[in-house]
Amino acid sequence: MQLSRAPARLRSVALIFAVLALAACGKQEEAAKSAAPAAAGGATVVKIGHAAPLTGGIAHLGKDNEAGVRLAIDEANAKGMTIGGAKIHFEMMSEDDEGNPTKGPIIAQKFADAKVAGVVGHLNSGVTIPASAVYNTAGIPMISGSATNPKLTEQGFAVTFRTVGRDDQQGPAIASYLVSQFKPKVVAVVDDATSYGEGLANEVEKTLKAAGVTVLAREKGTDKTADWKAILTKLKGKKPDAIFYGGMDSGGGPLVKQGRELGLKAVFAFGDGACSDKMKELAGDASEGMVCSQAGIPAQAASKPFIDAFKAKFGSDPIIYAPFTYDAANLIIAAMQKVDSVDPAKYLPALKASSFDGASGHIEFDEKGDRKDAEITIFAMKEGKIVPVAIIKAGKTIPFEEFAKGAGA
Amino acid sequence: MDVFLQQIVNGLTLGSIYAIVALGYTMVYGIVQLINFAHGEVVMIGAMVALTVIGSLAGANTGMPPIVIVLAGIACAVPVCMVVGFTMERVAYRPLRGAPRLAPLITAIGISIILQHLAMLIWSRNPLSFPQIIPNPVFEIAGASITGVQIAIIGLSALMMLGLTALVYRTRLGVAMRATSENPQVAGLMGVNINRVISSTFVIGAGLGAVAGVMVGTYYGIAHYTMGALLGLKAFSAAVLGGIGNLAGAMLGGILLGLVEALGAGYIGEFTDLCHVSWISSGLAERCARDGHVVLMGSNYQDVFAFLVLIAVLVFRPSGLLGERVGDRA
Repeated sequence: MQLSRAPARLRSVALIFAVLALAACGKQEEAAKSAAPAAAGGATVVKIGHAAPLTGGIAHLGKDNEAGVRLAIDEANAKGMTIGGAKIHFEMMSEDDEGNPTKGPIIAQKFADAKVAGVVGHLNSGVTIPASAVYNTAGIPMISGSATNPKLTEQGFAVTFRTVGRDDQQGPAIASYLVSQFKPKVVAVVDDATSYGEGLANEVEKTLKAAGVTVLAREKGTDKTADWKAILTKLKGKKPDAIFYGGMDSGGGPLVKQGRELGLKAVFAFGDGACSDKMKELAGDASEGMVCSQAGIPAQAASKPFIDAFKAKFGSDPIIYAPFTYDAANLIIAAMQKVDSVDPAKYLPALKASSFDGASGHIEFDEKGDRKDAEITIFAMKEGKIVPVAIIKAGKTIPFEEFAKGAGA
Repeated sequence: MDVFLQQIVNGLTLGSIYAIVALGYTMVYGIVQLINFAHGEVVMIGAMVALTVIGSLAGANTGMPPIVIVLAGIACAVPVCMVVGFTMERVAYRPLRGAPRLAPLITAIGISIILQHLAMLIWSRNPLSFPQIIPNPVFEIAGASITGVQIAIIGLSALMMLGLTALVYRTRLGVAMRATSENPQVAGLMGVNINRVISSTFVIGAGLGAVAGVMVGTYYGIAHYTMGALLGLKAFSAAVLGGIGNLAGAMLGGILLGLVEALGAGYIGEFTDLCHVSWISSGLAERCARDGHVVLMGSNYQDVFAFLVLIAVLVFRPSGLLGERVGDRA
């Protein structure tokens, strides 16, 4: 999803940043007035930043992220916490980053100036990556609940974390699902020659080969290719049992449509770039039965107490990433409690060593700040809608109903 | 064998579309010696207009049969593109008719950019799905499958080519067009209204382009504001291959180019598989034994064939396959 979703995520993050920035200004004034961190009935105010696009095309996702953080903070305040001997009142500083990469660092700087204790965000990988450099300089821990681009945690920043999986965990996941579910002997791997598509396809090919599956010579189009007939015809002659395409839905839709027209019986599999209901629009009935993967777990598979609390508070279901931002905010609060300090430098080691049972399952971080054994969800197209069919965790395939039941218990 | 036959079917479909678009290039070139680089964008606009009309008619539950809705889409796309073609000639090219050859060429590129971005503003930068409302039966012929849409594309293209040939060789307008093509000044002196003839040429080319746009949209199920650029360049290559300015040449060039692309993309991987010569080095033999293939050039070179053909033609036979009178004009 780096290609098309990332810019959108970027925008959402930027939006949130902008909103946060506005909120920050207001709060700074307040703080100046009271001339001390003491406020809200004598309690010490601790600010937690949140940034996502709160306006524009994916504002609904930004709001979803924000709701997750708000829920975590309100719950913590209701409990009435004492950290370092002082009564603590948490405050969310939410900014609109518009999903705009250039707004990411601006909002990050705003957070740094407002001395937030930690940041949940941003939504888009493309915004989170430039912003993370600012957080790193300022020493503010940041946890994204939705940025899946591997680059985010490959920069060597000690303050950068995420509660979702990485794009490069998807390849092995969808490949191992294909192997366990369809037991293919011959698989064709096609990509769109972009860094996202090719990278994903490489991971899939590696996993398939390790599982002893014959992988045909790689076929490539471009991210603008709409005519796959020549390639598909060639593949048809080699009779693959499955075809994996690394790329976006604009290429994947025509691919599966033309494949069925040519009478290919193979299973079509995709990454998150082509994992939406739009595939049905683009490919019509040919999309039926395709499988695809997305990082994370669907919101409806989050823990039952979280879903109930979310519904009670906001009157609606979480959309996608709310469980992950909820967990991110809780991780920060839990780390603060553990070391009895709201100082980022002090609670950062505790955050790194987190072992936390959250709404999205058990969370531990590896040395890069990525979530250990992050879940990848496999979806299948059924009657024109993509529905979750399985969760892949640590290389194991868990049928979705079973996983959802486990979470509810 | 069925794979080969299937690639021929794929190539013929693609080639028919190229041929129709190439006609637009070649007609304009034949008359005013201008390469109208904005023609690809006219095709894109045709696809977009049809998409909008078909989408809203299909969504409005009018109860019209799907085939009528598609025809309505074409019926709207053709006049819109004709207006675009007419306007572009009138506004951008006519004032430059006496200017050095380079001026209209650059203008054409400018128009192409303007049209592309207008389309982006109107239809967004996202790939749009072309409504698939007509059932698309698949027929099996000798192991190759051909869909209803493919048959319609090949059939409709053949009809349009016949129609255009009849227009150029059997009507008064056709005579005027051929006269203008030979010598605009003399044709003007003979009482041919050359402005009208040139306008008609643009309008007819744009109309053909509109139909090609609908074909592309229906065939692939997708439309995007940049879809005209590569299609236009390939059709231009097809026109040059056949001999630009020559109607039969554009048709032949289009079909040939479609076949070259399909067969090229289908077989280049096999021909450049180093495993045929795995005796060169032991390392290579090892990789072949492990993977079964070490492909030097894969199907990602599909888009290159059209331009390889273009270069080869320009080097070895600049007048194209059927072209004769080039020399001073190319």
